[in-house]
Amino acid sequence: MAAQAINAKEQDSAAPFDHISIGIKVVSYAILIVGAFFMILPFLWMASTACKPNAELAVSPIRFFPENPSCLEVAGQLYEQSPNFNRYLLNSFIVTVARTVGQLITCSLAAYGFARYKFPGRSALFAISLGLLIVPFQAILIPEFILIKSLGLRNTFGAIIIPGVFSAFALFLLRQAFMQIPIELEEAAEIDGANPLQILWRITLPLSIPAIAAFAVITIQAAWNDFLFPLVVANTTDTRVVTIGIALLQGQRDTPYNLIMMGSLIATLPMLALFVMLQRYFIEGVAQSGLRR
Amino acid sequence: MSTLLNIFGRTPRARRKAFWGLALIAPNTIGLLVFFGIPVLVAFGLSFFEWNGIRAPEFTGLDNFTRIFRDPLFGRALANTLTLALLVVPLNMALALGAAVLLNQRLPLRNLFRTIYFLPVVTSTVAASVVWIWIFQPRLGLIGIVPGLGTLQWLTRPELVLIPIAAVTIWQRVGFDMILFLAGLQNVPRALHEAAVIDGANSRQRFFNITLPMLSPTTFLILTLNFISVFQIFDQVYIMTQRTTPGGVSGSATTLTFLLYQTGFTRSEFGYASAIALALFVIVLSITVIQLRLQRRWVFYESEAG
Repeated sequence: MAAQAINAKEQDSAAPFDHISIGIKVVSYAILIVGAFFMILPFLWMASTACKPNAELAVSPIRFFPENPSCLEVAGQLYEQSPNFNRYLLNSFIVTVARTVGQLITCSLAAYGFARYKFPGRSALFAISLGLLIVPFQAILIPEFILIKSLGLRNTFGAIIIPGVFSAFALFLLRQAFMQIPIELEEAAEIDGANPLQILWRITLPLSIPAIAAFAVITIQAAWNDFLFPLVVANTTDTRVVTIGIALLQGQRDTPYNLIMMGSLIATLPMLALFVMLQRYFIEGVAQSGLRR
Repeated sequence: MSTLLNIFGRTPRARRKAFWGLALIAPNTIGLLVFFGIPVLVAFGLSFFEWNGIRAPEFTGLDNFTRIFRDPLFGRALANTLTLALLVVPLNMALALGAAVLLNQRLPLRNLFRTIYFLPVVTSTVAASVVWIWIFQPRLGLIGIVPGLGTLQWLTRPELVLIPIAAVTIWQRVGFDMILFLAGLQNVPRALHEAAVIDGANSRQRFFNITLPMLSPTTFLILTLNFISVFQIFDQVYIMTQRTTPGGVSGSATTLTFLLYQTGFTRSEFGYASAIALALFVIVLSITVIQLRLQRRWVFYESEAG
């Protein structure tokens, strides 16, 4: 009884803190709305330009919305100008899926090994793996390029995918998640005769779905949006990813901006859709680790 | 033989587990060493050579490093990168913190705002950059709705070109740092605020005397990440200057990473590019180390209290 009374009292004293005065509310909303406007404006400008016919691009004063919306015509012109644009989208898709699945395999195996097994050199190898996180990728671009070239991988999917299936970040994230699972569950399965791979597949991974989702969306996003590395190691029609496709459009001086905006819109929509569907995991992934590159 | 096996464990079961452990970590560890570890060493080694990728590499000792100090382009790139840091980091952090503090209140629709602020983060820098080129386009761009700004040659004037690059960088970074600040804010114990309310502290006093000090580890982390990410800026520069002069008129938009790319892949000077890469690595590492040192002075950790 006494404890309950104290609880009730505590809740009461917390109440004034939760109360937000109308004035603060109004000011907060005003600032938030102005902020949101600036964050969204570039997307609207992208979409609006993507649907403007050529004649409406160079009019003064600026038109916020196209007078004659011609999204499909512009898309048609985009594919005339860049006939392989769909191929680039497909390439991005292949690279993204392969890198994400590959990382999930190599990194969940390694995370499980580091989390649950004792072997000589364990802490040294883990420290080295994590130590690589502080090396900016740009700093090893040249040797990476030479390595890819000497392995005969240049201008193949392997050039972009293979270095992308190993990750210190995913290792760190998944190991954290695996270590939070009660070890008794795994021990029970071991007594039942399950081997480590079976335990990982049937117990550890299913119990780590939120962490896997967080890691997966961040990897997907990074792979889809990657530019510098693919630009250096795989820049032929067959392997070119969509970010390079957009850069090519932008690089040709005569490409009108409605086509470039249409290309950017098409390349951006999948990530925006993925984010809106899975935003909880995106935000978890970011929040859990300021460690991302 | 048995002593050798003893390294792996004393009992057969411990040995079996050790072998499993090594087998599990092998693919990722070997991959990381081959594709990230060895390249670090190679970058270091290459920086002592002159090599165009075709002829045999020629050992030139410290020439590449002395060249860094004499190269006006390197100085320019370093200055540009530092200018970008000055343009991006304070404004970005202030905006991210502001958004996080507002969204840490129990406001209806706060998830919607959080989503909107995060949208640019999931957009590729390439797509973001082309949109912002079009925003900063003289006469035709959205910037023209602000009187006086529409006629400026944002992307070709050397003294202006870093502004659009900073703008797109901030636009893409604010949402990310906002999430990190929000995570930090949620770790500020409610009890502290409640006690201060009882003592009659107003919300401004609570912000400066409780929230900011308690948040300082997060702020420190974000500050470090911000600096590191500015030193890696490449995509924006590549995209926003490729139509006019790659790297900006007389190198006005060339960042360190862009210079590294140009030196290696436009001019095929792999040795000198590796020296630049090493300089980049040393700078990024120094930022981390310096801030770790400074952190002891101004970061307040909860465990030190009382």
